[in-house]
Amino acid sequence: MTMNANDLLLDIRELTIHYVTDNGTVHAVEGLNLELGRGETLGLVGETGAGKTTTALGITRLLPVPPGVVRGGQILFDGEDVLLKDEEEMRSIRGGKIAMIFQDPMTSLNPVMTVDKQVAEMIKLHRKVSESEALEQAAEMLDLVGIRRERLRDYPHQFSGGMKQRVVIAIALACDPKLLIADEPTTALDVTIQAQVLELMKNLKRQFGTSMILITHDLGIVAETCDKVGIMYAGRLVEYGDTKSLYDNPNHPYTVGLFKSVPDLEEDCDELSVIPGLMPDPMDLPSGCAFHPRCSHAEEACSRERPVMIEIEPGHFIACPVRARALGKA
Amino acid sequence: MNENVEMVATTGGRKTRSQLGEVLFRLRKSPLAMFGLAVVLILIFCALFADVIAPHSYSKQNLSHMFEAPSRQYLLGTDEFGRDILSRLIYGARVSLQVGFIAVGIALFVGGLLGAVSGYYGGWIDNGIMRVMDVLLSIPQTLLAIAIVAALGPGLMNLMIAVGISAVPNYARIVRSSVLSIRGMEFIEAARAVGSPDIRIILKHILPNSMAPIIVQSTLGVASAILNAAGLSFIGLGIQPPYPEWGAMLSGGRQYIRDYPHLTLYPGLAIMITILALNFLGDGLRDALDPKLKR
Amino acid sequence: MIRYIVRRVLFLIPVLVGVAFCVFTLLYLTPGDPARMVLGDLATESALQEFRAKEGLDQPYLVQFGNYLYKAVFHGDIGRSYVTKRPVMSEILVAFPYTLKLAAFAMVIAILVGVPCGILSAIKQYSIFDTLTMIFAMIGLSMPVFWLGLLLIILFSVHLRWLPSSGFDTFQAMILPSVALAAQSISMVTRMTRSSMLEVIRADYIRTARSKGQKESIVIWVHALRNALIPVVTLCGLQFGHLLSGAILTESIFAIPGVGRLMVDAIKTRDYPMVQGGVLFVAVAFSIVNLLVDLLYAYIDPRIKAQYR
Repeated sequence: MTMNANDLLLDIRELTIHYVTDNGTVHAVEGLNLELGRGETLGLVGETGAGKTTTALGITRLLPVPPGVVRGGQILFDGEDVLLKDEEEMRSIRGGKIAMIFQDPMTSLNPVMTVDKQVAEMIKLHRKVSESEALEQAAEMLDLVGIRRERLRDYPHQFSGGMKQRVVIAIALACDPKLLIADEPTTALDVTIQAQVLELMKNLKRQFGTSMILITHDLGIVAETCDKVGIMYAGRLVEYGDTKSLYDNPNHPYTVGLFKSVPDLEEDCDELSVIPGLMPDPMDLPSGCAFHPRCSHAEEACSRERPVMIEIEPGHFIACPVRARALGKA
Repeated sequence: MNENVEMVATTGGRKTRSQLGEVLFRLRKSPLAMFGLAVVLILIFCALFADVIAPHSYSKQNLSHMFEAPSRQYLLGTDEFGRDILSRLIYGARVSLQVGFIAVGIALFVGGLLGAVSGYYGGWIDNGIMRVMDVLLSIPQTLLAIAIVAALGPGLMNLMIAVGISAVPNYARIVRSSVLSIRGMEFIEAARAVGSPDIRIILKHILPNSMAPIIVQSTLGVASAILNAAGLSFIGLGIQPPYPEWGAMLSGGRQYIRDYPHLTLYPGLAIMITILALNFLGDGLRDALDPKLKR
Repeated sequence: MIRYIVRRVLFLIPVLVGVAFCVFTLLYLTPGDPARMVLGDLATESALQEFRAKEGLDQPYLVQFGNYLYKAVFHGDIGRSYVTKRPVMSEILVAFPYTLKLAAFAMVIAILVGVPCGILSAIKQYSIFDTLTMIFAMIGLSMPVFWLGLLLIILFSVHLRWLPSSGFDTFQAMILPSVALAAQSISMVTRMTRSSMLEVIRADYIRTARSKGQKESIVIWVHALRNALIPVVTLCGLQFGHLLSGAILTESIFAIPGVGRLMVDAIKTRDYPMVQGGVLFVAVAFSIVNLLVDLLYAYIDPRIKAQYR
């Protein structure tokens, strides 16, 4: 993939992360390449177990160790490899430059701490302010996400799921990070609340000029929110491109299958198609292209060679030599 | 993290062993649990065949061999009446295991019944039973056992009853909560829908499915019953001499502690190793029965 | 919060009446004639009758219980010792401070040793420290308090001559009994702290704290610890009950003139009012401690407080 290196906020190269357990090694992320430009929003899409969360935790170095092990690769953030940072530098990056929003707001907040203190904690860590200034800034931040002043001293259990996620968003954006990683931020919420929270995130992202990686398995959310999309399968990126070009023209057989399995309101359709087979066992990934056992286009070579990313139109890449050849790009 | 867990879970499903086989397999992987099991089996063997393996009589006094240090003839020495300590310990295993198992049996029967009824029927029956259990729980277990023995008088049978009754609330609570968690499940609804009588549902469906916590609690319960009984005997409320009980032996050797500490050392060691073994086994069983809890 | 306290206190009353009922019934069923126990074998039948009438022993069972309860609550009178002929209450009040001090000392030791060990064990899970701590905890759990007490006496009093083997009046004298009594509770607290901590440090909000860039030490000691201690507090309340009854054995080993000794002696001399009073007193003390623990619990965990707002 090519992009001017200076425009890149995040450049992940050949990242490999394994979980070593008693029962075997889980190949959670396997030779992942991913780029994110400044101010961009990237949607990272894939099924459960595709390695999306692991990638996110890898970027902030919050992998549970053990069992998580980074086997290799680089994660260049602002041109510097976070994998080489010491713990203290890492702490100033976490929260200050890269903030995270986790999937389940119900369990993401400390149950014995009032919400304003949880936001203020973030501010105090990254700005030179007094306790009272931090609390004041926290109050402003919470106001921005729609939490009224009289609720500042409440504990997390006194809020609904959607409100808790607003608190989590306030924490994440409190120190004006360059990159926000949101790991399925709306999956645990009611559908009506999902839209509100997503709208809030979009607005704040614009307001703060933050880049964002949105991890989800919901193609609809990506279409509404993201500039770029990366499709992950079994720890690898299989397709990457501008949202528009990828949605108009999905090309990797897995992406095509993914789109076909989503109901489309505008088209009449009696039956949704299903990708045959199951996600591969992450302890025992197929050789070559991990998708080949389930792929209708698979050729003999697919089981031998690991596919590389091929640009099929400007800014649109797929990891499938068979399809690329069909398009005359190989 | 989530992803990781789910992945492991899906691959774990491949292995098809029977439930019991799976539990035994996991239990075998824990060396401490296997140690515990081995000790418990040895103790059971000692208890069953005490008459055959004990080198001497447990009660025969030999005043020319008082307070002897361990020797070839008396492997662990002799006590204040010249009785062989090893033989007394071997016979003592019989008492301790008997007390442990029977007391837990009593507690399990009474507590299990109360808990099952309480959890299955709910309502005022549940309320009434559990309030009584609350009252019993607010008397510390050892104290309750002491009070019961004080009322009934000393002796093996009374000791077992006292220790057993004092543990009833523990089992009632465990059984009740597992019954409650299972009662709402659909296969119980199904059994009820086809008209199975209550007692059949409790015995055939609910109890087998709440076995895991009961087995664990019982194993650990035998340990605490033995410990409690030894404590009661130590203060003179349990087994009466000359029958050898480890707690009573300790108590008897106490006054000679300055000059002949081996009189107290070995019975105490016997108690500790027994309890330790049962605790290791209980912990191992818990991990094996419910791998989700294992850390 | 006030409502919560009132509720908990009101809830205590039926439990205590229940305890009194159990204790009363147990010893009511005990064979033996109280009148003869007090007046001795030589008393005449008419003297016995007179005594029964005076003490209400000829009344029906429930009336007797009512009287017992009434006198206990309004006059602090829980009977007279058959042996010393003195009021049970005043005897217990002399002895109880020893028992309470012993149990409280042991509790403090258990918390001071158990909580840090449990935390370190959890942070360094599967390390040698963790393994050793867990094995020691298991041994401590399996160690009968009366045996440990004797071992400590053999080592520290008989051989090393560092500490006295009996009494409870000086600080030195308090060390061995407290340590012996604390051993099991140390183990329990360590194990509970460890498992609770292990659960908490995997919690999402700990990951959130880390993702803020918080120092690992603060993540553990501030965010994790307060949450992890919630179940440990409950355990400590329950442990206090074990310590109070364990004190009975400890007192008899170290010759401490506490309630335990009083009760053991009373059982041997069949001084039933004393036994009754001792059990009742310890159970009440245990219930009050548990009440205090529940209140503390509500203070630590805002979720509980909120239920009673």
